[in-house]
Amino acid sequence: MIDVAIVGAGVIGTLVARELSRFKLEVALLDSSNDVANGSTKANSGIIHAGYDAEPGTSKARFNVLGNPLFDALCDQLDVQFKRIGSLVVAFSRSERGTVEQLYRRGVRNGVGELRIIEREELLSLEPNLDDTALCALHAPQAGIIDPWEIAVAAAENGADNGVQILLNFLVEAIERSNEGFRILGPSGEIRARRVINCAGVFADRIHEMVAPPAFSITARKGQYFVLDKAAGELFNHVIFQCPTEAGKGVLVTRSVHGNLLVGPDAQEIEGRENLSTTRDRLDFVRRSAAKISKQIPFGEVIRSFSGLRATPNTKDFIIEESEQVPGFIDVAGIESPGLTAAPAIAHHVRDLLAGAAGGLEERKEFNPLRRRVVRFMDLTEERKNELIRKDSRFGRIICRCESVTEGEIVDAIQRKVGARTVDGVKKRVRPGMGRCQGGFCGPQVLKILARELGKDATEIVKNEIDSYILTGPTKCCEVEDLPVGINALAEEKAGYHGKG
Amino acid sequence: MEKVDIVVIGGGPAGMAAAVAAREAGVEKILLIERDWELGGILQQCIHNGFGLHRFKEDLTGPEFSERYIRRMAELNVPCKLDTTVLEITGSREVLYINAEEGVRTVAAGAIVLAMGCRERSRGAINIPGSRPAGVFTAGTAQRLINIEGYMVGRRIMMLGTGDIGLIMARRLTLEGAEVIAVLARKPYPGGLMRNVVQCLYDYDIPLLLRHTIVEIQGKERVTGVLVAETDENSRPIPGSEELYECDTVILSVGLIPENELSLSAGVKLDPHTGGPIVDESRQTSVAGIYACGNVVHVHDLVDFVVEESELAGRGAAGFVLGADGVGGTADAGSGAVGAGGAEGAPVHLLPGEGLKYVVPQRMRGINGEERLDLFLRVNRVYGQSHIEVKGGGEVLKRVKRSCMNPGEMERVRLNKSAMEKIDGSDLVIDAVEVGE
Repeated sequence: MIDVAIVGAGVIGTLVARELSRFKLEVALLDSSNDVANGSTKANSGIIHAGYDAEPGTSKARFNVLGNPLFDALCDQLDVQFKRIGSLVVAFSRSERGTVEQLYRRGVRNGVGELRIIEREELLSLEPNLDDTALCALHAPQAGIIDPWEIAVAAAENGADNGVQILLNFLVEAIERSNEGFRILGPSGEIRARRVINCAGVFADRIHEMVAPPAFSITARKGQYFVLDKAAGELFNHVIFQCPTEAGKGVLVTRSVHGNLLVGPDAQEIEGRENLSTTRDRLDFVRRSAAKISKQIPFGEVIRSFSGLRATPNTKDFIIEESEQVPGFIDVAGIESPGLTAAPAIAHHVRDLLAGAAGGLEERKEFNPLRRRVVRFMDLTEERKNELIRKDSRFGRIICRCESVTEGEIVDAIQRKVGARTVDGVKKRVRPGMGRCQGGFCGPQVLKILARELGKDATEIVKNEIDSYILTGPTKCCEVEDLPVGINALAEEKAGYHGKG
Repeated sequence: MEKVDIVVIGGGPAGMAAAVAAREAGVEKILLIERDWELGGILQQCIHNGFGLHRFKEDLTGPEFSERYIRRMAELNVPCKLDTTVLEITGSREVLYINAEEGVRTVAAGAIVLAMGCRERSRGAINIPGSRPAGVFTAGTAQRLINIEGYMVGRRIMMLGTGDIGLIMARRLTLEGAEVIAVLARKPYPGGLMRNVVQCLYDYDIPLLLRHTIVEIQGKERVTGVLVAETDENSRPIPGSEELYECDTVILSVGLIPENELSLSAGVKLDPHTGGPIVDESRQTSVAGIYACGNVVHVHDLVDFVVEESELAGRGAAGFVLGADGVGGTADAGSGAVGAGGAEGAPVHLLPGEGLKYVVPQRMRGINGEERLDLFLRVNRVYGQSHIEVKGGGEVLKRVKRSCMNPGEMERVRLNKSAMEKIDGSDLVIDAVEVGE
């Protein structure tokens, strides 16, 4: 019997797990997927919001405002890239000016400092590529950008380094109450835990209803995005929002932490909770909506489109509480925007809930809050680069030329705790395949490195989930064992000239 | 900092041909940098035949073709760095590279030849809607996996696009036992060479569906099917015409893009029509002493023309460095693009006129001792009986007949000495003119 089982390894589950790893608790983190951060965490805007959006008094407002300032120290400890580039909510009409003023007042009531309404001239000097119908904007300097999956991967790894057990491909099929706690049943066995924390994203209501009477429901709302090549990332300096309407925050544009331009999302309620298809009409809508912000967005530079699902609760607010009917079962549900921003504060709150329920938690002296540093090879000085190559020559081999990723970085991403096991897992951690060629050149190389490091055959390497096979088997010619003599001779001759054995 | 006369970036056919030509023109210190572990570039995975028909009057496979240049490189003792990636080039011709043995190094070059080739347009760039399962490959990636790594990529295949690599791969996949359901072309004509359509599709009974495209990819983990729609005269899908095809693999052959990130780092100006550097007749770019050739300049159909162009660049670069030594003409490294062969005055611009997608070279300085000038161009639609006309100063300098032309086949027009003599310094405009029956 372990102390705590966390269901769902997105940014919420991983940060909760990492927070709980500070204490003398046996913690397991379960996810139905083949990697951490594979749900909503993998596909969202990656924005750390200032906190003026949510209605005062809501959990969304509270945890947003508490969460935002935690990112500097957290990202420092977990070695995650985070940039406070500030955000602008831009008004393009007089009625929108009213909205900007209302957001300002709401921000002040939520306790957001440093907010300022800036007028057209200053606005256009900050953002010269903004459409010149812009009138004014709400400027929030504390807003930032982050890779949401990067922080989740980092938190999972640091949690695992501090003793959290991570169980992937564990699809929770049932949860039963027992005398001392819960039995969590899945196809790959069962976990017994005194307490369960439900961080299951778009499936959180289903997990809840496995053990407790229905209390809330979750609808998946899809959002679609474009990613543009890095040359386009310099178009804007801030996160640029349009004025929110009844329908939501609207399409935004921002540069990503790695310098791409991100344009999206729309919002569309969908049937089911797994449909991540992009559609032409919605992407056209995103494109049209973004034109209001600027006509200069070079959609010819699109390198990828994607969609993500928001876990929208019928309660309109985050649900973070221990179930009244089922003590020991804690819901962390309905974590839609600003959920990423709120995540570290939510993790603290869950810790406090757990401490309250357990009558206090005992700290582990050996807790190490620091994740082992990641090598971002291209960011190093030339001297450091050469030092590293002398130590490990794999840093001298560029595998992904679009993103300049070395073999050394890929191997490290595979060999870490909660390391990459799949092509997408490597891409998520160190970015080969994220660039303009989308893995056309580096894909086969990454596949071979994965096979080598994991001691598998290349045909066993998958793209993402366990059935997402890439290769179907060897070609016919591989079955020929003895090559004709002439071919061997030519091969040797060539090898001689190339200086390779 | 190490200094060499010429650094060639890329060890495919373009880079090798340029290096060989530069050495044959008398340049001593040449360094060729290649990121793969062997020379040959994409030719190494092109195990089909059809290479060298123009160049060697022989029908060679890709590796056989490259082998000729690899041998020549060895004979001439041209040094190469393999497994080495160039990270940056500066306008002052310093080349920053990285490899496992030496780490990060900079070499100063008298001249640089850019021969980085091209990359394939991806699913993201053409924005096919649907899910994101495994089983979507570009044709070149599939070709590498099959021909170099020795693995098959699927069993039941739908191919989108009719670029030459795609057509070749439709046949290759069939030979490996896969079923290619169909090859789709968004336009009313195929994008690749007619000879490949015949030899790779018709001869193997692979259906070619013109005016069709994929409007949705389906499948959660692996591709399970695609929705295919007919397209209208603007190549856009016609709503209501969708049909579902079950398949486990989608192969994309939807265009090639010259790889010019390094060129841009050196300040080289690009032509929006080709996606490659603006070059003159010796393949010098807008930056003095930086030359470019092969698919990095414009995407070629045939390697035979790639090596021809690359020899121009190799000789051009040789002229530049030898000239700078006082052997040849005069080079003015400080004033932008100046040919090394004693060219004078403002350049003549070559402009794509009626019906043309692009023309290479885009400008002309002097003739650098060449007896003739070859223009490479593509038309922007299918033409029947037609003329290509080169006009300058209101006069037609050259007119050639074509029985048909299509954008998938690059056209070459040769200006001989007599035509060249008529060039009076005004810009040249090249038109495609359809003639009646």
